[in-house]
Amino acid sequence: MKNPAKSSTSRKKFPTHLLVFLGPAIVIYTVFMVYPLFDSLRLSLYAPSAGNSRVEEFVGLANYQRLLTDPLLSPRLTGAIGNNFVFFIVHMFVQNPIALVLATLLASVGKRSSAVYRTLIFTPTVLSFVLVGFIWQIILNPLWGIADDVLGIFGLESQPWLGLPGTALPTLSLISVWQFVGIPMMLFLVALIGIPEELIEAGRVDGASAWRVFWSIKFPLILPTVGIVAILTFVGNFNAFDLVYTVQGSLAGPNFATDLLGTFFYRTFFGFQLQPGNPTMGAAVAGVMFLIIMLGVVLYLVGWQRRITQYEL
Amino acid sequence: MTTITHSNVAPAGQSIWHRYRIGSRIQSAGAHLILLTYLLIAVFPVILVIMNSFKGRQAIFRNPYALPTPETFSLIGYETVFSRGNFPLYFVNSLIVTLGSMFLIILCGAMVAFALSEYRFPGNTLLGLYFALGIMIPIRLGTVSLLRIIVSLSLINTHIGLILVYTASGLPLAVFVLSNFMRQVPRDLKDAARVDGASEYRIFWMVLPLVRPALGTVLVFNMIPIWNDLWFPLILAPAETVKTVTLGAQTFLGQFVNDWNAVLASLTLAMAPIITLYILLSRQLIRGLTAGAIK
Repeated sequence: MKNPAKSSTSRKKFPTHLLVFLGPAIVIYTVFMVYPLFDSLRLSLYAPSAGNSRVEEFVGLANYQRLLTDPLLSPRLTGAIGNNFVFFIVHMFVQNPIALVLATLLASVGKRSSAVYRTLIFTPTVLSFVLVGFIWQIILNPLWGIADDVLGIFGLESQPWLGLPGTALPTLSLISVWQFVGIPMMLFLVALIGIPEELIEAGRVDGASAWRVFWSIKFPLILPTVGIVAILTFVGNFNAFDLVYTVQGSLAGPNFATDLLGTFFYRTFFGFQLQPGNPTMGAAVAGVMFLIIMLGVVLYLVGWQRRITQYEL
Repeated sequence: MTTITHSNVAPAGQSIWHRYRIGSRIQSAGAHLILLTYLLIAVFPVILVIMNSFKGRQAIFRNPYALPTPETFSLIGYETVFSRGNFPLYFVNSLIVTLGSMFLIILCGAMVAFALSEYRFPGNTLLGLYFALGIMIPIRLGTVSLLRIIVSLSLINTHIGLILVYTASGLPLAVFVLSNFMRQVPRDLKDAARVDGASEYRIFWMVLPLVRPALGTVLVFNMIPIWNDLWFPLILAPAETVKTVTLGAQTFLGQFVNDWNAVLASLTLAMAPIITLYILLSRQLIRGLTAGAIK
């Protein structure tokens, strides 16, 4: 508790220190993050005027309407949303289960070896999308033949994995899984280590197999982390621009097969080839992304976090 | 704890424990096998790139899995990179932008966190929520407007422009994590300092070292994404003089895509600082990651 005499004297003075403490952060955060986010939403309601393209006029939801109906734009929008969904699904059902398996195994081996494993497995995560993109481009390059050698062991035939419309997106998603599996792995590991040993021991004494112990004791206890990992995976999806741009360029080839909302946003904003950029239409694409993210976050808060049981450990 | 349970059970169910122990040894071997396999998947591509960057062109293709030998050793790729690229400059740019952003995120974030956890003022909760707002929304969605702001402030192609943008996007998480930790610093400590006549600023500097683990978490969560970012350098600072390593590597690699020696050398050069830093800091990094997750 504060000394009452002291706090009454300090209340009389103008709280300069409060201004010093809060001022810089509020200014920077407001000017360079909050304002641009809202201003972008506002700009998405404008379009270059027909008479003078340097002037922007208010057009309401016309940009959004064009995004949904324009024969040039709408297939790109739905394509990007679909690809983003595939990208998310691959992360959710390949990356996160692998991470969970690795974390469970890490929790079961000795502390020292666990530290070595997790440090090395986490290494790709600290690299940039650009480096990871190029590393995999040359690994998958048939000229070098590394991928063919390795996949040959499993009887898979040589293919231009990044060049075919059917395989490009899954390949890119798996490259991203390779890079980021370390993050959910660490989060799961922390949650698993936090489970009291007595609970697991009790299950074992009752004769439960390791499999049973995992599904009936450990998994229910780490459900909150599963939720956090899911929402992180979901939001992370919208930052995957870098990888696609590095590996396939802003046109997200072949034939837009790897086009995500991030690359669609970039192309609409800055233009490509002969198509000039349209900032306000770009803002509308960002608006759509904003809506999708909000939808995901709200679903998570209402549908998941409220409903799961939190066990007090 | 476990030993107590063991000795309690042992007399009655010795054979069960025996069987359990053999089973667990097989399980442990299996665990190591799977972890080792995945470890190989994780590091093999990286090692392959580094290893081959020190070989001549023929050796890269003839036997990519061999370590460089005196006959195959070559620095031709690095010579190309140093004569054609500006990697030392890119590296300095990345360092300025990353360190500048980290400094501002930590300082401004800690000051807000201190104020939020220390003082009761109207709008305290609301301000906390205002900052929390930014945790889930990627700042990239505001790029259209952000570019206009940066242009109108004449901050295009400057380090400061990038630093301010990264600071803004890093603050929400910093405020969230740091204020959680600062609330746990005992009141008595701060009030004792006040009685001794310490100013509020002094008390802030006194509290700061006490939340070191949290500072580590904030550092880790922000440093790597900032260093690795391609989006904002590409849009806000694409000029050669302010290019970061990530953007520099991207453009360089794009130009030299058929010069394998140069590609492998520049990849190795761009990876070297971040991997070195990671190995040096990996213990703090992982501790930071785990501390952040528990919070």
